[in-house]
Amino acid sequence: MTKQEKPKLTQEFVKFVKFIISEIKPKPPYFTPFNVITIPIILLGMIILVFRFTKGLGAVTNLSQEFPWGFWIGFDVVTGIALAGGAYIITFIVYVMRSEKYHPIVNITVLNGFLAYVFYAGALILDLGRPWNIINPIIGNSFGFNSVMFLVAWHFLMYMAAEFLEFSPVIAEWLGWKKIKKWLSAITLGAVIFGITLSTLHQSGLGALFLMAKGKIHPLWYSEFIPILFFASSIFAGLSMVIIEGSISHRVFKDHMDSEHKDSHNEIIIGLAKFATVAIFVYYFFKLLTFLHNKQWTMLNDFWGFWYVLEVVVFVLIPGCMLAFGVKQRNVNIIRVGSILAIVGVILNRLNISIIAFKWDAAVKYFPSWQEIVVTLMIISLEIWVFRWVVSRMPVMRKSKR
Amino acid sequence: MKRRNFFKFTGLAGLTIAGKSASAQEIEPKKEFVGVLVDTTRCIGCRACEVTCSETHNLPVPDIKNDGALAAERKTSETQWMVVNRYETEKGEVFVKKQCMHCWQPACTAACLTNAMYKTETGPVIWRSKKCMGCRFCMISCPFDIPKFEYNSTNPKIQKCSMCWERLQEGKKPACVEACPTDALMFGLKRELMEIARVRVYGHPQDYVHQIYGESEVGGTGWLYLSAVPFDQLGFRMDLGTTPYPEFTTDFLYAVPVVLFGLPAFLMGLNLLARSNEESIAEKGR
Repeated sequence: MTKQEKPKLTQEFVKFVKFIISEIKPKPPYFTPFNVITIPIILLGMIILVFRFTKGLGAVTNLSQEFPWGFWIGFDVVTGIALAGGAYIITFIVYVMRSEKYHPIVNITVLNGFLAYVFYAGALILDLGRPWNIINPIIGNSFGFNSVMFLVAWHFLMYMAAEFLEFSPVIAEWLGWKKIKKWLSAITLGAVIFGITLSTLHQSGLGALFLMAKGKIHPLWYSEFIPILFFASSIFAGLSMVIIEGSISHRVFKDHMDSEHKDSHNEIIIGLAKFATVAIFVYYFFKLLTFLHNKQWTMLNDFWGFWYVLEVVVFVLIPGCMLAFGVKQRNVNIIRVGSILAIVGVILNRLNISIIAFKWDAAVKYFPSWQEIVVTLMIISLEIWVFRWVVSRMPVMRKSKR
Repeated sequence: MKRRNFFKFTGLAGLTIAGKSASAQEIEPKKEFVGVLVDTTRCIGCRACEVTCSETHNLPVPDIKNDGALAAERKTSETQWMVVNRYETEKGEVFVKKQCMHCWQPACTAACLTNAMYKTETGPVIWRSKKCMGCRFCMISCPFDIPKFEYNSTNPKIQKCSMCWERLQEGKKPACVEACPTDALMFGLKRELMEIARVRVYGHPQDYVHQIYGESEVGGTGWLYLSAVPFDQLGFRMDLGTTPYPEFTTDFLYAVPVVLFGLPAFLMGLNLLARSNEESIAEKGR
């Protein structure tokens, strides 16, 4: 039997498999600083996870009866998801408000968001004591409808699906499936609107998780407005991350970008900073409102008061002013520094609520073990590996070659 | 049908037909929450309840004669569903039993996304291993910090007092109540326990403070406490308020369906607006 006699479908399939195999192969250079640093971290993280699943959570974490949630929840999930908020903001600007200016960054932002959710929300599974029961709230044999956690878990899942749909046209283009790409592009707006709605709810839902921890979180951080504060801060956290990631990608992935991406870079950053400035000041005034409403100035006299002022002034008000100034001066570097400070502020805020100011008066405080930190670094490294693989193969920042 | 039940049935049916008193409600057994009344003035700190609790639930039995555990205030743990603590107060030493309070509207069951934490029809809050995925949100939410987690197990369980749910179904009392030699513990319907507690407080105002802990704390709990000294001297949290903890999330949860259906409509509207704007600009440009 000759090659021509084979059915067309089989031929296509063989071609497809060959293409995938050729794409999966790593590309040189192999000994980049990034590889040299992250490969040992990933291997070490894997070993730690073996211990975690054979000896229990206590073997590798510093979690205790007093602190049931540690670094994996407080940083990976609660903070990671806040910083991944860029995707829903950018898709809102591009697809709903139809602002073409930001179109060049929409694919990469959605990819970033999707991977962040897969890895950081996925990190939740490592922390589950009885992960084999994770199907229970999904398949419907026991729905805890009145649980905020139920809502957050479902929205994570559905949002991952929505983001995958938003990104799928790029995959279809990479595989050369033109018809499917057309079809997928047509449903993007629906996926975007669904995704924004889900994001609004689970970003605030992450905050609502802590509503029942009343009395356990320092009163400077606890308020009934936590859900709104979480939502507002996810907007500028996400935008700041897009600014920083964009700046890094601009340097690192130069070869994978077309000229359209390169030329519009500064304009896009200034535009994004404008949105971020509005969001950060809205958030700041919300914070101020709860501060005044709960008469919290009486609590500023000790370490926790100082810590609170540090978070709200140094890492919210100052970056807010820097972003505004940067926009006015059209200075991208000031915007970048402001964005970094704003990101630190959001990280600090999430860690304060979930770990640092949680049981602030406990006799023995929680501090993450080195294993918890290594596993977190492993998750971040893995995410960047996958991100790099996708960006260097799929038409994320350029028009397709095929 | 058993003979006795048959008589019961016909008897009640006869009453109904006669139209005298029995309504449908009385035929069906009424579900009321049960609880336990702890009178700390009667507790002698013998810790018999601790021993029997561990024996009943297959937990390591404490060596109460030699472990000197009363020296420091203890918390419940993954191997102890309940502990007895000793407190030095203005009226001498007082012993207090501590375990799950079995709230009327528990934070843990509202937190649980799999309904593993479950408020049974008669009041005890139980944990069901087949449903739990080990997220520990119940531990974050519980105002009394009761659920405990087995961190050093590959099949970790949440450990907490179940008010001896299995024994209650057999018609028995909780093991600790049965073991108590001084009647410091009393099991019954919460409504009746409240009456007994009030009678004791009103009848002996010199022996009790004018408060029944658990009457209204976090919306009311299944376990009730009487004391001769103010409760803050006995390690009780006095800052919990009377709002049931699940209510802290109801506002948020009510907003969810509104956002889920309202926001997409709003976004569609915005999108249409943006489109028509583009069209009008394009027309002007022509």
